[in-house]
Amino acid sequence: MTIEELEQIATSVRQEHEKYDYEVNVCMDLACASQGADRLREALVKEAEASGKKVLVRRTGCMGPCSSGPLVRVDPSETLYRHVHSDHAESIVSSLGGEPVAELQCDLSDHFDKQVRVVLENAGYIDPEKIDDYIGRDGYKALLTALTEMTPNGVIHRITESGLRGRGGGGYPTGLKWGTVSKAGGDMKYVVCNGDEGDPGAFMDRSVMEGDPHRVIEGMAIAAYAVGASKGFIYVRAEYPVAVSRLTTALREARRRGLLGNNICGTTFNFDMEIRLGAGAFVCGEETALIASIEGRRGTPKPRPPYPAVSGLWGKPTLINNVETYANIAPIMRNGGKWFFNMGSERSKGTKVFALTGKITNTGLVEVPMGIKLWEIIDVIGGGVPDGHKLKAVQTGGPSGGCIPAEMLDLGVSYDALMAAGSIMGSGGMIVMDDTSCMVNVARFFVEFCMTESCGKCIPCRAGTAQMYTLLSRFCDGSGTMEELELLEELCDTIKETSLCGLGMTAPNPVLSTLKYFRNEYIEHIVHKRCPAGVCNIKAPVEVLA
Amino acid sequence: MSDAVEVKTLIIDEQEVSARRGQTILEVARENDIYIPTLCHMEGLSDVGACRMCLVEIKGSKKLLPACVATVFEGMEVSTNTERLKRHRHTILELLFAERNHICSVCVANGHCELQTLGQEQGLTHIRLPYRNPGLTVDASNERFTVDHNRCILCTRCVRVCAEIEGAHVWDVMGRGINSIVITDLHDDWGASSCTRCGKCVQVCPTGALFDKSRVGTDHPKNPEFLPYLNLMREAQ
Repeated sequence: MTIEELEQIATSVRQEHEKYDYEVNVCMDLACASQGADRLREALVKEAEASGKKVLVRRTGCMGPCSSGPLVRVDPSETLYRHVHSDHAESIVSSLGGEPVAELQCDLSDHFDKQVRVVLENAGYIDPEKIDDYIGRDGYKALLTALTEMTPNGVIHRITESGLRGRGGGGYPTGLKWGTVSKAGGDMKYVVCNGDEGDPGAFMDRSVMEGDPHRVIEGMAIAAYAVGASKGFIYVRAEYPVAVSRLTTALREARRRGLLGNNICGTTFNFDMEIRLGAGAFVCGEETALIASIEGRRGTPKPRPPYPAVSGLWGKPTLINNVETYANIAPIMRNGGKWFFNMGSERSKGTKVFALTGKITNTGLVEVPMGIKLWEIIDVIGGGVPDGHKLKAVQTGGPSGGCIPAEMLDLGVSYDALMAAGSIMGSGGMIVMDDTSCMVNVARFFVEFCMTESCGKCIPCRAGTAQMYTLLSRFCDGSGTMEELELLEELCDTIKETSLCGLGMTAPNPVLSTLKYFRNEYIEHIVHKRCPAGVCNIKAPVEVLA
Repeated sequence: MSDAVEVKTLIIDEQEVSARRGQTILEVARENDIYIPTLCHMEGLSDVGACRMCLVEIKGSKKLLPACVATVFEGMEVSTNTERLKRHRHTILELLFAERNHICSVCVANGHCELQTLGQEQGLTHIRLPYRNPGLTVDASNERFTVDHNRCILCTRCVRVCAEIEGAHVWDVMGRGINSIVITDLHDDWGASSCTRCGKCVQVCPTGALFDKSRVGTDHPKNPEFLPYLNLMREAQ
């Protein structure tokens, strides 16, 4: 495969599309599929054939506003229909060329206008199982250009220049990580993609792997060229069977087109990769545990240093990045580092994908420029809290993150601002809570998650999270004391400072942040034996008669 | 990298010491009679950094580092016994004592237990946390030894000595988090497992979790000192 051949494919894809007058795109992501998008697509195909119109019915990855699903977008008019079912197929097809179907049409311009789509630029526009669709939208151009026109150092320089930071949560500068791996010695190096997304309420990486798998593969191949690796692994949790099947198809197609394998694009660069399935352990998202898991051992973290960049898979230098990080690589290579650097806030560049869930009108996947205010995401893009309830807090960063109170919604979204507020960026889960949520109960939920997902290796995380859970349960059932609250704070401090890996170090964050902003709720539970939100089932104290 | 030994100088607890490149903080401290408490560390076995007792403070770094795996660098300033460290060690020991059943008066290792010694040394007088008392099993199916999971602190010394020294890898860890336990083979009875009955695991176990049946009811001193000597002799061969 050469660049000329790639462009020929792209041209023929475009010519093919020009044969059609209309494109009907059906979102086939999990949320829409579970509501019958499959039958809808079949019905649309049947109707399109019967109508005699030149209509292309295409299945696509996630379009974003999942709560409005199943979604259909008709191009070129860009008409968006929501809650579409197979019965509506006839009216949609017959409306083509005329007035849109008013009862299904929805105006989500508020939802889309503030978004900037880099990682999700193809979501809703390509069939994830067709490599030609991806190539038709400039896919693999960045890889072949890098291979034929740039040195590995040039690639690293461009990534460094872009200011991209790791999207898995830690926010480590990507260019710096690549530089370290490229400088590490040895003839065998690996690149690994961390697709073990396990935060409750997070589904960004799943949507990217399912909706645009080639983007991840291209990003990894570019990374492999930059750091001098010849072998890659995509570590995907087994709970994502659709992502696994789409990636499997994508890898096969990429090999068939000569975009993976030996002497890619006629150069000396050889690279191929395999998929490895996680067995349901959250801790395997931690990089040293992930390495152990790929090697076939029990998934427990190891003390760092040595970092994987020096000694990773089978002791070899290994580059580990998150799905979303790799998904940013191709656009940076195509548009230049400066283009990316000019997006976002001072120290957090580019965009971030968030999975917006909880008490919010437009549940779904959004991509926003870094630095955007939290209220813009919640009130404008998310459409606010439904049913007349009041916003109470926003939880970011999953079980490692914290709750940001409604008063702080003017906060700009960046790694540093969220950290300063006692939360973290995390991989991109954003859970909105209203006045029906009890913050003590929320803290208990996340601590329970960390307790069951602790690997059990180090004592503070293994026994500490279990003790935290016991104490929080006592607060929730009204039997806690103020001394125990003090003890809880002391435990949080020790677990945070002494745990072996990130899971343990950040496990107290949901407790610490709720204690910081909602301490009165804890006091209400402990002293007045009542739950202000009415969530916890506290029995009225038995009055002791003197 | 050349074979020439590179010498580093550093400061541990205001004492200037020298070290070879690649040595851990713990090794250097022990050479110089500076005490750092440990529990999962065992001379002669690989280190896992799991018990967090040996955490030390490094000047210029907010993060605490486990002395058993952190290597020295030139000009490093290490503190091994600050108030912050003492507080954390205290809490970690409380967590351990409350995790399972560590009632010394009815334990075969009473008086010879590393956990007990550490508790005394760190001034542990009572436990503020609720005892969990999980009620785990006791496996006495091996004709010579018994494992009492209620006394186990999951230091994994048994796992490591069995895999690294005996070469049998009978022991391993099963389960996750608070429900983790050590198992023989694929969770078979110890007596029915592929155990070679060498008894190394019993000697290195810091508590009364693994013990010799012939010593039940009496004091049960353990002799893990054989390990470094065994390693030395093996290397000499």
